[in-house]
Amino acid sequence: MIGWIDTIIQGLLLGGLYALFAAGLSLTFGIMRLINIGHGDLIVLAGYLGIVATDALGLNPFWSLVFVVPAMAVLGYGLQRVVLNRTLGTDILPPLLVTFGLSIILQNLLMQLFSADSRGLNAGPFETASIALPGGLAVGVFPVLIFVTAIAVIGGLQLVFSRTSLGRAFRAASDDRVTAELMGIDNRHIYGLAMAIALAIVGIAGVYLAIRTSIDPTVGPSRLLYAFEAVIIGGLGSLWGTLAGGMILGLAQSIGFRLDPGWGILTGHMAFLAVLVFRPNGLFPKTRDR
Amino acid sequence: MAESSSKGRLSGMIAGTIDRRTTLKLMGGVAAGAAASMFPAPFVRASKPIKIGYVSPATGPLAVFGEPDPFTIEQLNKFLSGGLKIGDASYPVEIVYKDSQSNSNRAAEVANELILNDEVDIVIAGSTPATTNPVADQCELNGMPCITNDTPWQPHFFGRGGKPDQGFEWTYHFFWGLEDIIGSYTNLWKSIATNKVLGALWPNDSDGNAWGDGKIGFPPVLEKEGFKLVDLGRYQTPSDDFSSYISEFKKEGVEIVTGVVPPPDFANFWSQAGQQGLKPKIVTVAKASEFPAAIEAFGERGEGLTVEVWWSPNHPFASGLTGQSSAELAKAYTAATGRPWTMPVGFKHSLFEVAIDALKRAGGPGNPEAIRDAIRDTDYASIVGPINFRKGPVPNIAKTPLVSGQWQRGSNGLDLVIVENSQAPMVPVGGELKPLA
Repeated sequence: MIGWIDTIIQGLLLGGLYALFAAGLSLTFGIMRLINIGHGDLIVLAGYLGIVATDALGLNPFWSLVFVVPAMAVLGYGLQRVVLNRTLGTDILPPLLVTFGLSIILQNLLMQLFSADSRGLNAGPFETASIALPGGLAVGVFPVLIFVTAIAVIGGLQLVFSRTSLGRAFRAASDDRVTAELMGIDNRHIYGLAMAIALAIVGIAGVYLAIRTSIDPTVGPSRLLYAFEAVIIGGLGSLWGTLAGGMILGLAQSIGFRLDPGWGILTGHMAFLAVLVFRPNGLFPKTRDR
Repeated sequence: MAESSSKGRLSGMIAGTIDRRTTLKLMGGVAAGAAASMFPAPFVRASKPIKIGYVSPATGPLAVFGEPDPFTIEQLNKFLSGGLKIGDASYPVEIVYKDSQSNSNRAAEVANELILNDEVDIVIAGSTPATTNPVADQCELNGMPCITNDTPWQPHFFGRGGKPDQGFEWTYHFFWGLEDIIGSYTNLWKSIATNKVLGALWPNDSDGNAWGDGKIGFPPVLEKEGFKLVDLGRYQTPSDDFSSYISEFKKEGVEIVTGVVPPPDFANFWSQAGQQGLKPKIVTVAKASEFPAAIEAFGERGEGLTVEVWWSPNHPFASGLTGQSSAELAKAYTAATGRPWTMPVGFKHSLFEVAIDALKRAGGPGNPEAIRDAIRDTDYASIVGPINFRKGPVPNIAKTPLVSGQWQRGSNGLDLVIVENSQAPMVPVGGELKPLA
């Protein structure tokens, strides 16, 4: 019994990591129907930026967030304005192809710059610090931090969406881009801001990933897959849904892993498939396509 | 009507041009041939370069094994810039480098290009069955002399359908085998006092399945040696969560952890083990702790990890080609790249050494049968140890020494110190195994 409680706790914490990976994707997917195939590689890029910043500063890796997050945001705005805006339209294929190319370019660029070595960030004893729970259980402080960050990021995004004029512009551009433009909203700028916020979150995810495990230039696509599944499970346009999607994915993997180590990844995909079969729009869809 | 006549004129003109060109070419060829025959033979022979085709994963998930390639090739080009002297003649050496992209289909394709388009004299390849097996298969089919390394010999030989009583004709391979790693690891684990309960992290890939195999892998040997194996089954890689392994290992009182684990998986496992209070005395994982850069990422927790060592700066071997000792080669690598040595550095160099030795004994390029026979008769002292394809466990295979080492705190960071040499006593031990704190 206590073993199952442990499995569920660890699964939820893992879900926090997936939700953090997925938050940026959920945002761009929800607002501009842009499926960013390069999302995972951008997470890895952020991880490497974190490594560079930490090496240069010689401080605790968490300080690198101060540089990585703004840098990724600027990159996001530029990427959207210069490249991705030109691909948006009624056809869903051009952004897919362009971001697929972006993914390949990023992988090879990182390979050239940082070599194929596995690298990581070292946060010292913090990485293995844990909180003792009753029943001999222990949860790591860092996984809890990831979980809390994921909730904070998604809660913050939700506030921006529902309370600010920027959020209103986001929602308007998402619901009906033509009418939004008629109302004086500059979609290109709004999309740029959305991508900037998305990549700022990717910045956090990348630094966390480099602390949690090690990265090399080729691990991006596997990150994209889980992020994408979390978004789809949660439902298009719903940020809390993405958090729930991450949790469901993490739990499913964790439970599968406990039943048999070979099933962990499979049960995650099965949960995703089950949602697609019974709720094709995800669990909590907010936007609908016309 | 007008159109067709103009077309006819056009094609007539083209045909005319081709005719004239072909004639000129033919005449030129005859003239060149006549000119060549007037020069003494050695001059002509000296101008024909030796072409070595080299297939390696420069990009993709296996690229970490191909890291030393640019250094290795540049060092050789510099060393051979005056040509390779064989007998009285001096041959320029050209290395044709092809990227396998970590993909076995691509590896076969570029091997074919090397054989058919580049018309190389010999093909060499290294790093995992995904490179060595398809390249060797293409060479065997095309009658091309081929030398490979850096794949344990069973997956290479048996993975290609090799029969121990027949072997292969054109393709030769040198590396250690599963029996070496099993022998070295178990001996390592017996060297300090533990409860002999061992937890295994074997992924569901070709390595994990071979290591965990009930017949050829670790389980039967461990049983014989009195270890208790805690094996939950093969996990799917990459994995972000190892808590089910950790809680099971804790329950069974595991004091030794082993596996063949990709670096990101092990980083996940090792930090979760710290968080959840699993404290083994020995952790011996292949793959994840073979490379200094990956170990560095663990910080303090990289200290004390153990791993098999196929080459190190402390190996008592020297290059038969450049004369560099293992330590000197490692130093040259660090000086040229600014990065710490890795095990593939020695093996990349050895591929070229063994190939050039065979080419020398074959009397130069041009005769594939002679090169093949020279490879078969190899008895050579390389930077990774003695290479002799006649003394292997099966035909076409030469075994290189394998020992085990531990990452210990040295004067400048973590050093890989050799702590176990039961399978290869010629490699000296540099220290004792220390249990993890």
